[in-house]
Parts: sequence; C-alpha cells; structure tokens
Amino acid sequence: MSDAYIYDTARTPRGKGKSTGALHVARPIHLLKTVLEALASRNHLDTNLVEDVIMGCVTPVAEQGGNIAKAAAMYSGYSEKVPGMTLNRFCSSGLEAVNTASAYIMAGQAHLIVAGGVESMSRVPMGSDGGAWLIDPEVARQTYFIPQGISADLIATLEGFTRRDVDQFAVVSQQRAAKAWSEGRFNKSIIPVKDTVGKILLDRDEHFRAETSVESLSELKPAFQQMGENFGFDSVAMQKYPSVEKINHVHHAGNSSGIVDGAAAVLVGSKEIGKRLNLKPRARIKSFALTSTDPTIMLLGPGPATKMALERAHMDIKDIDLIEINEAFAAVVLRFMREFNLDQSKINVNGGAIALGHPLGATGSVLLGTLLDELERQNKSTGLVTLCIGGGMGIATIIERV
Amino acid sequence: MIDYNIDQNKIVTLSINRTDTPMNVGDIPFTLELEKKFNQALGEKDLKGIILTSSKKEFMAGADLSMLQTIKNVDDSVKLTSEIHRFLRKMETSKIPVVAAINGTCLGMGYEIVLACHHRIMLNDSKAQIGLPEVGLGLLPGGGGTQRLPRLIGFEKALPYLLQGTKASPDKALKDGLVSELANDLDQLLSKARTWILACTTPAQPWDNPKFKVPGGDVQSPRGYQVFPASTAMLTEKTYNNYPAPAAILSCVYEGLQVPLDRALEIESKYFASLVTGKVAKGMIRTLFFGINQCNKGIARPQGVTPKKVTKVGILGAGMMGAGIAYVSAKAGIQVILKDVSVEVAEKGKNYSEKILAKDLARGYITESKVKEILSLITPTVDPTAVKGCDLVIEAVIEDRAIKARVTHESEAVLAPDAIFASNTSTLPITSLALESKRPANFIGLHFFSPVEKMPLIEIIMGEKSSKEALSLCLDYTAQIKKTPIVVNDGRGFFTSRVFTTYIEEGLSCLRDGFAPAIIENAGKMAGMPVGPLAVADEVGLDLIYHILNQTVQDLGTKAVDQGLFKDVTTFVKDLKRLGRKSGGGLYQYPADGKKFLWPELAKYFPLDAKKTDVQVVMKRLLYRQVLETIKCMQEKILTSDRDGDVGSILGLGFAPFTGGMLSFLDYEGLDTFMKNCVSLQKDWGPRFTPPKLLSDMASRGETFHGKNL
Repeated sequence: MSDAYIYDTARTPRGKGKSTGALHVARPIHLLKTVLEALASRNHLDTNLVEDVIMGCVTPVAEQGGNIAKAAAMYSGYSEKVPGMTLNRFCSSGLEAVNTASAYIMAGQAHLIVAGGVESMSRVPMGSDGGAWLIDPEVARQTYFIPQGISADLIATLEGFTRRDVDQFAVVSQQRAAKAWSEGRFNKSIIPVKDTVGKILLDRDEHFRAETSVESLSELKPAFQQMGENFGFDSVAMQKYPSVEKINHVHHAGNSSGIVDGAAAVLVGSKEIGKRLNLKPRARIKSFALTSTDPTIMLLGPGPATKMALERAHMDIKDIDLIEINEAFAAVVLRFMREFNLDQSKINVNGGAIALGHPLGATGSVLLGTLLDELERQNKSTGLVTLCIGGGMGIATIIERV
Repeated sequence: MIDYNIDQNKIVTLSINRTDTPMNVGDIPFTLELEKKFNQALGEKDLKGIILTSSKKEFMAGADLSMLQTIKNVDDSVKLTSEIHRFLRKMETSKIPVVAAINGTCLGMGYEIVLACHHRIMLNDSKAQIGLPEVGLGLLPGGGGTQRLPRLIGFEKALPYLLQGTKASPDKALKDGLVSELANDLDQLLSKARTWILACTTPAQPWDNPKFKVPGGDVQSPRGYQVFPASTAMLTEKTYNNYPAPAAILSCVYEGLQVPLDRALEIESKYFASLVTGKVAKGMIRTLFFGINQCNKGIARPQGVTPKKVTKVGILGAGMMGAGIAYVSAKAGIQVILKDVSVEVAEKGKNYSEKILAKDLARGYITESKVKEILSLITPTVDPTAVKGCDLVIEAVIEDRAIKARVTHESEAVLAPDAIFASNTSTLPITSLALESKRPANFIGLHFFSPVEKMPLIEIIMGEKSSKEALSLCLDYTAQIKKTPIVVNDGRGFFTSRVFTTYIEEGLSCLRDGFAPAIIENAGKMAGMPVGPLAVADEVGLDLIYHILNQTVQDLGTKAVDQGLFKDVTTFVKDLKRLGRKSGGGLYQYPADGKKFLWPELAKYFPLDAKKTDVQVVMKRLLYRQVLETIKCMQEKILTSDRDGDVGSILGLGFAPFTGGMLSFLDYEGLDTFMKNCVSLQKDWGPRFTPPKLLSDMASRGETFHGKNL
C-alpha cells in the first residue's frame, strides 16, 4: 500500500454567516475558487495532473447544488481533465474528502487530488435541503430524531456538565483564537477572499470575540430550551434516555459552534508525485476511521472513531501531540476529554469552532490545516482531527509530520 | 335511506335519512345507495346541480364501527376504501356542482363526503360539530380525509384536526376553512346552496387543477421543514409512540401531499388498512366505543325493575368529593341536600359549584339564569334530617367506620323505605358497612373518582345483600349525571382502588430494587399511564398507602402485605414525615416557585443498582402487575364482565387506552407473549407475577377474555 501525504493546505477566513457577514456577498463557488486557485498557483501545479477535486458540502442545494466540486474545478481554471465530486457526510465532509482522496492514493488509484469543502451558511441555510431523517415523520419517529443542540444538552445532562463548565470552555476557545490571530498562527493557510475588483472582502476570521467572559456568556439564554420543551424534542430525548428526569439546557450561541461562511482545500498526493513536481510533503496520513453511535444523542462519535484510528495506527492517545476536535458544542469536547482522561493542554490550542465558526462542509479540512500548521510551529510530530457528525457518526484522522 | 327530490330549477336534493340505524352512519349499503341516487340525478335532463343534506337532526355521525370491526385483512380494507374513493372521485370530477348543506353534526365519513363536494355550507347551530375524530378510536379518516382536508386548508391547519380529532363548532369551522359559508336556518341553508349551484360555472376541485398548490406551502418547503419535525416530536411526546393512528395520519399527510390526489388516496388506503386490521384500533373501538356505550346504555340493569328518576339526592360530607357530587347532581337538574357537620363546611361545599359555574359563565359556556337555576338546587345544611324525601343518599364522609355508621343511622331514621343509601368509600368493603344498616338490601357502594366533574367513571359496588332495586336506581342516577357506570362485587378495594394500589406498590418496589427514580417515572408514562407511579404515590399521599397497608395487616395479618414495601412507606410517613405533595415533599420535592422534581436524597434510602437500567423491565412490571390483579378480580368475581374491567381501567385509572384496557391487554400483548413474560417476571421479581388459575386455565385453552368475540 502506498502512503498519502499532505502537500499543502489553504482556507478562506471564516465570515459571519449572516447577511451582514463579510462573505455574504461572495458566492460559495467563489470561496472554493479562492482556495483552488491558491493551491494551484502557490504550488505551481500543472492541473492536468490533478486527478480529482473532492469537496464536502452539507447543504448541496441551490448554488451549492449540482456537484459544486466539478463546477469549482472548471471555474477555477483547472484543466478540463480534472473531474469533481461533491460529498456529504454532514459536519465531517471536509475531512471525509481528504480521507477519500487519501484512500485513492493509498490504493494506488490516484497520485494527486485536491480535497476540501465549502459552506456558505449565510446564503444556503443549514437544513434547507430537508432530508428524510428529519422531515419524514415515520423516519424521524422511528429513529428518535432530535436536533443536535438538544443532543448536546442531553450529553451535558447525562455527564453533569453545568452551564458554568460549558461557558468556561467557550471562553478558553475565544481566548486561544484571539491569541492565535494576534500571533499570526493561521497565516500559513489563510487565503484572503477578494471581490470582483480585487479588493479584499475578508482576510481574518470574523466570528471570534476576544472579550468574551463567563460573565458575558451567562447573560445568554439557552438556545434549545424552547424548542425542546415546546416542540416535544426533550420528551423524545428522555424516551430514549429514560434515566433523565429533565434535560438541562446549557448550550447557546456562545458555547456552540458559530454559523459562518468559508471554504478550505488540501493538496493530497503520493510520494512519487511530490518528487515529480518537486513538492515537499508536510505530513503523512497515518490512519483514519469512521463509525457511528446512537443517532439521538448523536454527538458521541469522536470517542469510538478516535479509538479505531489509534488502533489502526498502533498508537495510544498519549502518542498524539496535538488534537483538533470540532467544537460543535462545548459538551462534545468536554465529554471527549473525559473519555480519554485529557486536559485542555493539547486540545484545540488555537481555539475552535465556538470562537471561529463551523462552515459545515469545510470544517474538516480547516481543522486539518490548523493542526498541521500548529504541529510545524511547535515542531511536534503527531496530530489527530476528529469530529462529531449528524446521525451519530464519528470520524478521526491521524497525521504525522514527515 | 336517501330521500330524492328534484325542484323546478333542476336541482336534485339528496337527503340522507337512515331508518335502519339510530343515526345517519356510513357503511357499504349506504355508499351503494348514495351512488345509485347520484347516478339517478346524473340522468336528469338539464341537471343543474346536487345538494347533499340530511333529513335527520345530524348530517352524519360517521362510519359504522361495527362494520369496521369485522374487517380482518388488508385486502378487504383496501377494497372497501377504494370503493369509497372511487365514488367520491366520480362525484367531485362529474362537472355537476355538488353542494353539501350541512344541517347538523357532521363527523368522520360524513365530513369526508362533504370534503368531496364542491362547496360546503353549514347551519350555524352552536350544538353542531364538524370534524374527523377517527384518531380517537385508533383509526384515520380513510375516506380521503387525510388528503382533502390539508389540500383544502393547508397541512398546518389540518394537522390538529387530523391528529387530535378536534371537533369544530360552525364558527370555528368557518374560520379555519372547513366550511365555506354558514346559514342561519334550514331555509337559508338550502337557498344558499341553490344560489351557489345556479351561479357555478365550472365545478371542479382546486386539487384537480394542474397548477394546484397546497395552501400555506408544500411539504418540501422551509415551512414544511419546520412543521413536520416538530409535529413528529410532539406526537412522540404525547403518545410515547404507543398509538399507530396519529403516526399513520402524519405520514399520510406528508407522503400524500407530494403526489396527485388519486395516488395519495392509495397511500391513505394502505395506512388505513394497517390500522383497521391492527390490534390497537380493534381494542380501542371495542372498549372506548362499544364498551362505554353499553355501560352507558345500562347493560348492567337488572331485569324486571322499572327505571326511576332521582329527583332529590342527599350528600353527606361536603369535602372535595361531596362537593363534586353535589355539583354534577345539580347540573343534571337533581335537587341536592349537601350536609356536613358545620355550616361553613357545607357552604364551602356549595361554593365549589359556584366556582366552577363562574368559570363556565366567564367563558360563555353557560347562561347566568342557568347558573342561578343550578345553584338554587343545592341546599347546604347541618341538619341530618334534611335528607328526608331523598331517593338516594350518598355518604362521602371520611373513611372512618364509626362516622359512616352514625350517618347511616341518622339518614335511615328519616328516609322512605325504598330510598337507597350509597357509600362513596374507596376502600372499605360495602358488606361490612352495610352491617350498620337496618336495610342492607338498600345499601350499596357508589364510588366516584376525583375530581368528580371531570372523571367519567362510577364504580357501583354490590354488597352481599344489595338489591337489584338499589343497583337499578344507581344506574338511573348515573345515567342522569351522564357518567359511565361499571358494576362490581364487594371486596377489599373493590376493583379500581385495589388495582390502583398495585401500580403505586410496583413503582415503589422498583425503587427498592435499585432502579433510578427517573427511569420508573418515565417507564410509567412510556407504558401508557398518565402519570408515573411515584408521582401518583405523592398525589394520593404516602400516608394513605400506609393506612391501607396497615389496615390490611390488621385485618389479614402481616403476610398479606409486602414487608419491604410496608417498611419503606413507614419510614417515609413516620420517620421522615414526607407524606407527598400535601406535606410539601414526599418522593418529590415541591418548590414554591417551580416545577416539582424527584427528591435528590431518594438514593440514600433506595440505593441505585448500576445493573437496573432496563426501562422495558420496569414498564412490564408496572403494567403486568395491574393486569394480573385485574384478572384476580375476575377470578374472585369482583369483576363480573371483562367489559367493566376494560372500561373501568381506562376511565377510572387512565390505564393505557391503546391496549383496550386491562383485560384486552392480553390480546394487545398476545397471550403467548403475556404468559412468557409472566414466567420471567415471576422468576426475576417474585410470585406476585404468577398467573392466577383463571388465566392459566384460559391460556391452556388458548383463550383471552375477548378471544372469542374479537
């Protein structure tokens, strides 16, 4: 089996995912074009050699529909020989794209693939693609579907995380993100997004708030309480988890991932193609894993996925130097830390989606780039990216610098 | 069956007039006749249109449920509904204007026919109701109701009517679009119908227009993406997924609105077939429709006793129960003597009626003169001789034999020889109370449930010597106050109280076995009980449970009660003084400014067992314990009919209605499964789950209580 290597990572800054956000005026395909062009130009790629463009997108409808990956490859000036595929594994799509690309390369069926993801949440709202799992009454009923926010509150309830616990975690995320920006730690991967006349629309993540404190967060009302209590979802959760007397709603906009616009891309290739193109591999994909858990509590996938990836790499959690776990909700990360008996020192050291935002289809690739940049900055070796995923799924990828 | 008339305008009026059934109902002969008359109308030269109305007070009460109960397989069901669909489609695509002139209550299949008319006018009679109540009996409106109503008014407005079976008054029906016009009287109803027909140029349903859009938005729209997930979750919240009918209805709407009507009706037919042939609808119809109707119509009435009317009732004790009984009696036009030991208490008892009536008046449910009339019927008093002249005296004093004996003596001193004396005791055997009576044949039990004005059941208890005249009068009285009676024989706790106690006891046993209190409470609700057993224990008061257990020990010895249970209850009542809600805390805490929550220190007294987490086990224990106790009641002839066991368990105890009641439960669960589960429950949790002999005998013959009359 061949090895798959990461040669480069690029991402747009994340714009606030609303109509006043800087990137709201940028079409999602423009975000993709920004990163695809950057990868091609800064690596002096002959795009005839790119064998696929695989892009994650979680709401692949309207202007994100119709296989936006292929459209983006064409629109970004890649050779007509380059195919494109859009995939949707919910919140892990950006990482799934990299894993899929790696699998092609490991299997010897490709040498160079651009993988990544995109989501303009301000333009194509989350959930606007419907879906049988949520919308079809028979499916939703039989699978005890509840919205993720209530799943996160359910985790907090079962684990006994208090409002203060989750808010404190959120504050750390904000402080770390602010510090990372002030020290330029994201510079290697960030590609500013420009408008049609070449002026910069955004060159810095827009969502984080350095001044956030536990006190300021304490003023926010729980975001999912009304939905849970008035529309039956708390009851659905409790029918699946009957040891719960009452759901403790602790999550809100300040300790959940931010809604943002953004795109990311990763250049993945074999050892041979690196030599041929004179590109220096930055890291090797050591292992990756996918699994699924109960869809109602939904967000417990990172634990078992991580264990699988570690096992495949013959590693222990102690062998991992840095971890990026998507901050979908604070309780997800706290629960992961408890599961592996970890403190916060090597987890999301530059902040996470609570501060910086979670552009659904892109996040997996974003986190991979952030992890690799930070491993290089700290001159450390191994890193893990993991995300919780809708439907109870979990994903994990382990990389090692070379 | 259907009157036919054609006027000089060439408008045919088809007027439903069933003489073979008490009310206008829909069945196969009716549908055939309707089509025949419709065809006859189509044959009229220069036909202008058709008015569909009724010659009876009601337009139509719904489909004939006895016909539906005979449907045993899916194909028969699909055949039946397809025939109805075919005719209704023929009617609405006939290009002849068809107007429904709804002259009275129009429910179920009646309203489904109306939906297939081109225009709907309703008589503005505040007593008339319109709607699709099928869900209440475990069915769905299988004549196109799940498809035409949402196409008419949009799924958001239609879903409550379909999922909850809400019945609308004419005003509300107009507001929500169920009908298009109201008429003030029958003449206007028909003249409006004629006017509409004469003005109509292109009679067609909106849904047959190729450009048709569902009002308020499609299923696959942002609105649909909000409504359907929330509706599903709210359905699960409300039904704990125990009721297949509302789930099927929601799917019918979701799936059906995405395809053309003809295909949608196919979908509806299949869902309907799955319901009508299923055990839930069969059980619900058997108990909630036929069972309750039979009880209400006095199936228990003894032969050879002339019905009487109670004109004056004496009520002894003006507490919560007495006050409630006074209210329902006065409301039925019966003169009430409300007696207590102090004037204040007696007045307060009357005040209970005043409060209820004031609320009804404020809401416009009742007129001021009616309020005065009802209140004038209630006479509070302290005079024990005031019950003189009463046909019936009901004692609702506290559960104290001495006091009960005294009021019995006092009343009998002034009552007419044929007057009946009834005790509202919930636990004391009637035969023993009747020992204090000079005429035990006239002494009987009349067990009301609290709150009296809301609870529909009355349990009539025959003491050993209670006469058929006493029973007959109680049935007459029960019918007057519009309650549903069951008749049981005497014994400790009779039927309902005896079984009710087992629910609480089993909940407490689970607690003692180490199940988490939240699991027990959720299990109760998931199993179909209205409230968890621990919450119920707190509501009735642990002191009451203690009292019952203590009395049982005194009467029957210590072996008659579960010692662990007795010890736990004693701890709470005697040591902790935690009696329940009334003492501000029991198994729950009751904060002044918020919702109650399980007492956090319960684990100290009932240590959790990490292995006891299976909610299914707790659900089984809670239900099986009650069902087995009910079967014992059958065995001991406390219950003399399975109908009374089923009706009483649902109306009196709120037992899982989807099962059809505690005896129908065997059919719901399946006899083999039930017996197998008893074996494993008995093995794991004790001999109280051993099937009574009656049951094992029946099981050996493969019989359930309804096995032969399903």
